[in-house]
Amino acid sequence: MTVTEDYIDASGGDWDDVIEKAQATSAERLVVNMGPQHPSTHGVLRLILTLDGETCTEARVGIGYLHTGIEKNLEYRTWTQGTTFVTRMDYLTPLFNETAYCLAVEKLLGITDRVPERASVIRVMMMELNRMASHFVAMATFGMELGATTVMTNGFREREMILDIFELVTGLRMNHAYIRPGGVSQDLPPGTVGKIRELLKEMPKRIRVMRKLLDENPVYLARTRDVAHLGLPGCMALGITGPLLRASGLSWDLRKAKPYCGYEDYEFDVPVSDGGDVYARYRVRMAEMEESLKIVEQCLDKLRPGPVMIKDAKIGWPAKLALGPDGLGNSPDHIAHIMSGSMEALIHHFKLVTEGFRVPAGQAYAAVESAKGELGCYAVSDGGTRPHRVHFRDPSFTHLQAVAAMCEGGTVADVIAAVASIDPVMGGVDR
Amino acid sequence: MSTDNERERDEEAANLPEKQGRERLNAPVRRTGMFGATTTGDTSGYGGLRVRGSAPARSRRPFTDPDDPRTADFDRVADALEAALGEGEEGSAPKASVERVEVALGELTFHVRREALLEVARVLRDDPSLRYELCTGVAGVHFPDDTGRELHAVYHFRSLTHNSEIRVATTCPDADPHVPSIVSVYPTNDWHEREAWDFFGIVFDGHPALTRIQMPDDWHGHPQRKDYPLGGIPVEYRGATVPPPDERRSYK
Amino acid sequence: MGLEEKLPNGIVLTTVEQVVGLARKSSMWPATFGLACCAIEMMSVGGPHYDLARFGMEKFGATPRQADLMIVAGRVSQKMAPVLRQIYDQMPEPKWVIAMGVCASSGGMFNNYAIIQGVDHIVPVDMYLPGCPPRPEMLLDAVLKLHDKVQNTKLGAHREQEITENEERMLRRSLPLVSKD
Repeated sequence: MTVTEDYIDASGGDWDDVIEKAQATSAERLVVNMGPQHPSTHGVLRLILTLDGETCTEARVGIGYLHTGIEKNLEYRTWTQGTTFVTRMDYLTPLFNETAYCLAVEKLLGITDRVPERASVIRVMMMELNRMASHFVAMATFGMELGATTVMTNGFREREMILDIFELVTGLRMNHAYIRPGGVSQDLPPGTVGKIRELLKEMPKRIRVMRKLLDENPVYLARTRDVAHLGLPGCMALGITGPLLRASGLSWDLRKAKPYCGYEDYEFDVPVSDGGDVYARYRVRMAEMEESLKIVEQCLDKLRPGPVMIKDAKIGWPAKLALGPDGLGNSPDHIAHIMSGSMEALIHHFKLVTEGFRVPAGQAYAAVESAKGELGCYAVSDGGTRPHRVHFRDPSFTHLQAVAAMCEGGTVADVIAAVASIDPVMGGVDR
Repeated sequence: MSTDNERERDEEAANLPEKQGRERLNAPVRRTGMFGATTTGDTSGYGGLRVRGSAPARSRRPFTDPDDPRTADFDRVADALEAALGEGEEGSAPKASVERVEVALGELTFHVRREALLEVARVLRDDPSLRYELCTGVAGVHFPDDTGRELHAVYHFRSLTHNSEIRVATTCPDADPHVPSIVSVYPTNDWHEREAWDFFGIVFDGHPALTRIQMPDDWHGHPQRKDYPLGGIPVEYRGATVPPPDERRSYK
Repeated sequence: MGLEEKLPNGIVLTTVEQVVGLARKSSMWPATFGLACCAIEMMSVGGPHYDLARFGMEKFGATPRQADLMIVAGRVSQKMAPVLRQIYDQMPEPKWVIAMGVCASSGGMFNNYAIIQGVDHIVPVDMYLPGCPPRPEMLLDAVLKLHDKVQNTKLGAHREQEITENEERMLRRSLPLVSKD
């Protein structure tokens, strides 16, 4: 703890010392360190706040406490193995990460148009379900950080319904590695469509409950309305996209502007609000969940039987998987074929799996509208079987820069609301 | 400019195979051999293989390919950038600031000299016919073999007004890793440039506070460069040792 | 030896160790140490679907000073390691640590410059929980196993003896080796 002429540093040490020193000086500015381990900082975010009484006069953000080196690790794995890593970046939107990565790889391979229709529909469906799951966690953690436990428990309960579908389809609740370059790893198992229809029936009720709880809740309004305001010019300067940008009044959505995976064939609206505050962001997220339900419904109608992996045997992994007794996905037909049918097929399979496919040298950037904003993947290939460099432009990383703009001049309590409304996920921020 | 271009193009067409061969042989060697083993143990006969990278690609006008809708506005963007940079007359600004233009995979890349980066960024944002309001950050890329241009800084810009997307790439040598910062034009690049400095050691001149962002402040080195090891440790399991991923025998 | 038979109804005989163990395991307060993907599963466990409150553990303490269980949920980076140790040091004795997920247990798939290869390099770990991320049920199972361990922990001289015995047993134990040359 140090005391200089004009501020008291309370970013560590004993409170008694802080108070003693505070009484000895006339300084009123207090520097408080919040995080990286703090229940209200959304993970391992570190905030350094300068407080003048209750007012936050300066807010600085420290990140990097979850830096995992995923981008570097990708350079030592094949292009297909890369999905396993990227899915762990922003762990609340794993399917978006995978899609962005796969779209970039497919662009490099020049096979964007040859990805089977069914695979694209499944991708869209999974992404929209993921958007809902992510928004539910955003609501839940927001509630928890403001002290509203019911919101948290409701949010996590609703999310479980979606995770059940993910588990059925991909085998995992999180970190799926389901979307692969060229398609998806396996077709929808029997019973999926029925289960999703159930969800479509149940989910609107659940969303209504959440809206009833929060939309006009006076406590919630007092904590969120006109708090952490960020206008459109601020958003543009800080490179903010996604729900935050739409809550500031600009109807910008990559799904509409630069459609990928066939989004141009779906009918949905882009919810916009011009509030620019925490409440507007909440309303936009809620409305987006309702739109996502619409898209999922259209996906079910669009599902036609067909392959889910590109026909090109040089790229496509076996995708007709069945769950084996060991819990791993195998394709019995494929195994029978390579083990007893054809020596060439065995050699080919061995090469594809151990060496991987070669990707022509070049660079590609693919962006998707993730639940948080524009998620971009920039992939560079040197012509080998492993990436030369993969860089992710994560929306949470960019959005956290807005903390200072949102918080300075407000009260300490509003800092929590501001950070929670950004919905940063540190796995994506630090990668 | 156009007549100049045409003449070059004709000359190139006349001795294309020879030129391509020459370019190929001048390109840096990307890797040798085919398998991970560099000494004994490689019985495949592929040990002496030398794979070269491709020469820097340079696209000629027209940039817009009528068969590829993704490239629809490339000529318009290039014209607008040329006009805005005050180019047009030979040897003037455009040639000076934009080294080459590359169209590949439906993406437009301007390779910009680093001295001109700030000016190009300003024009990209402010010119009414360009209006790239959104910069999605900078990605560092390390090419150890690209002598004199080892470090690349790659920016992606997005125009919400014109719904267009371009890439701007600039390079700097390892010995002088300086690139101008464009934070004054695009404040969003603040953290992105800090990240590129942290991981690649690219110094962004003019950045308000270029400090480490992901690694601890006292970290040595820039971990995502190619000459920085992955840093894994061997894993022991029941008497056998599995080396870290970068030291395993593997295909290249 | 016959004493139990002579006791009136409603009296149970046990050891001090068992009583202490019961008290310790029944009011375990975890400190939130959510780091990455596993933290979300840890929060799910606190939610109504899995309901950690059944085991008296729903109070995820915001302060390490009022916690006795640290669930390290996620990958620990080099930058986070000193913070983690500081939190651990602030927790009062006795305290336990669960390394949740393969990253916290061994570094997992992230064998690189950024990640600590197992949180046991920094703090002693009582329970390793594999999975990436482990299902909430697996975390519940780990918690129950830890409860069992706490319940049967010995005290004082017995504890020291137990530690010595355990150590000797572990040294004698030989795992089947992959290759012996």
